[in-house]
Amino acid sequence: MSLDQAEPAAASAAAPGVPGVRKPGGGAAAGRRRRDRRSGRWWTPWLFLAPALILFLYFKFIPMANALTMSFQDVQPYLGNRWVGTDNYATVLGSTGFREATWHTVVLAAGQTAGSMALGLALALLMEGQSRRLGFVRSAAFLPVVVPIAVVAELWRVMYHPTGDGMLNSLLGLVGWGPSGFINDPDTSMASIMLTGIWRGAPYDMMIFLAGLTSVDRGLYEAAKVDGASRWQRVWHVTVPGLRSVFSILFILAAIRGLRVFTEVFLLTNGGPDGSTEVVMTLIYKLGLEQNRLGVGAAGAVLLFVATLILTVVVQLLRRRESK
Amino acid sequence: MSAHTETALGLTESRGAGGRILKAVVYLLVLIVFAGPLLALLVSAFGHVKDPTQLSVVPSGLTLDNFRIAFDQGVLAYLLNSFLVVGFGLLLQVTVSVLAGYALARKKFPGMALVLVAILATLMLPEEILALPLSLILSDLPVVHLNLVGTLAGMIVPLGAWGFSILVMTEFMKDVPRELEEAARIDGAGDLRIFAQIILPMCKPALGVIGVFGFTMIWDQYLLPLLVSTDSSSYTLPLALRTLRIDPAVTPGVVMAASLLALLPSVIVFLFFQRSFVSGLSSGALKG
Repeated sequence: MSLDQAEPAAASAAAPGVPGVRKPGGGAAAGRRRRDRRSGRWWTPWLFLAPALILFLYFKFIPMANALTMSFQDVQPYLGNRWVGTDNYATVLGSTGFREATWHTVVLAAGQTAGSMALGLALALLMEGQSRRLGFVRSAAFLPVVVPIAVVAELWRVMYHPTGDGMLNSLLGLVGWGPSGFINDPDTSMASIMLTGIWRGAPYDMMIFLAGLTSVDRGLYEAAKVDGASRWQRVWHVTVPGLRSVFSILFILAAIRGLRVFTEVFLLTNGGPDGSTEVVMTLIYKLGLEQNRLGVGAAGAVLLFVATLILTVVVQLLRRRESK
Repeated sequence: MSAHTETALGLTESRGAGGRILKAVVYLLVLIVFAGPLLALLVSAFGHVKDPTQLSVVPSGLTLDNFRIAFDQGVLAYLLNSFLVVGFGLLLQVTVSVLAGYALARKKFPGMALVLVAILATLMLPEEILALPLSLILSDLPVVHLNLVGTLAGMIVPLGAWGFSILVMTEFMKDVPRELEEAARIDGAGDLRIFAQIILPMCKPALGVIGVFGFTMIWDQYLLPLLVSTDSSSYTLPLALRTLRIDPAVTPGVVMAASLLALLPSVIVFLFFQRSFVSGLSSGALKG
């Protein structure tokens, strides 16, 4: 998704497999040896794999390798690339623009992750249950996730209209606040993008939390009740520990989603006003496309990838240690 | 109350009028916050909205003018582009994935672990990061030297490399019983027939999952189409929204009408295949 950009791909990045889907009956080991003898020529599997391998080579592995080499080069289309060692990395790491963009990206990612998870958990707890009416409310709340990100951005642009009679400003006016400049004011632009991101991220997290809630042992609720635990004690001591793996998965997904953020920023503010919302991806886009500094852009992209990788590995290691 | 309806907050237990009202208020609030903006979009698309301040959930008359103007601006052509990309892209993605899944799930061969690891690794690779080098590759494909920049094919072909779908298919195909395959082999069936007539028909639930996810993913794409399209003739509808908005002659009502057309297909797919969608979403995320 990137139902992502709600992330179907990322969703499984953490874990391939579809245990929730009904599967045909269990495999059988019987006759396996005979099958191996008769399973045809050695190149049969490669024939089935060929389309995938060619496409992955062209559109994943070669671009990745190119990004790496470009990051060490001064890229000059038609003139030939010049090897410049780690100059691009020095440029990137030394520039205030990139440092600021990194800071903005981290702030945005952290805010959206925390906000979406907190709100998503609250929604999941409030809307856990099996009634038909609840199912309807849940589906409606989930809609923002399936709406294309470009539509989300255009819609919120209009809602954020900075005058007093803009949609959100007139709501603020009802309680005596505003008008806010929202995305047009450097002081509120980042928070506004974050809010839009949470609006789209929270229902996604809600769905995952709801799935996690079904696997929490019902017997423990009964036991807690018998022991006289209050509602909140029950949530805190039974539900939250039961959702631990869900928390870490959602954290990885949301953090990666946050680090690579592009479209909503590009469409809502394109980094402005005054660079107050410039994030790494919009900067890379500008470096690469508008200024044609592909080498520097590639160095930035590689750094972003390394950050994503480190984050994922660290969280996985922490989880593994915890489960031991 | 039976055990399986027990919930964390125990809200279903609240019997009193107070509890019921509280619940209703909470649900209403959730609907307003998450569906309200989309309702405003819907209402504005059919209303006389000339100004961004007129966006509202309260209808301001009923008109199809916005759609008429949007069509004059070429929105139908953009919509057609979007459908072509999602149609051919999904076809390619699903075909590639079921073929690869068959090899990875039903065969044992040297190098298999390496292939699996390579495909898994691409899942860690955010598309956005690859976008720039990918668009350079598309301007001059190695060996065949084709330039796909500015064409819909440039947006379609890279969609074939989608690790998520391959892994879903592989996991699922592993569980198809061996006996069925054995019996067919004794009858003299080759791999292609076993794949098409035995394995594939048993994988309908998995096909549903990768189909629905693939559709939403492709429909939501932005950066790659942005880099591949050189002019508006190859714009998909999501890309065109920005051009429409920038045009001073186009009112927000028209942008909302075009937005409605851009969101309907993925919302319809979600509502129809909600079960596949949710099961894929949650199980994919939770297994790790």
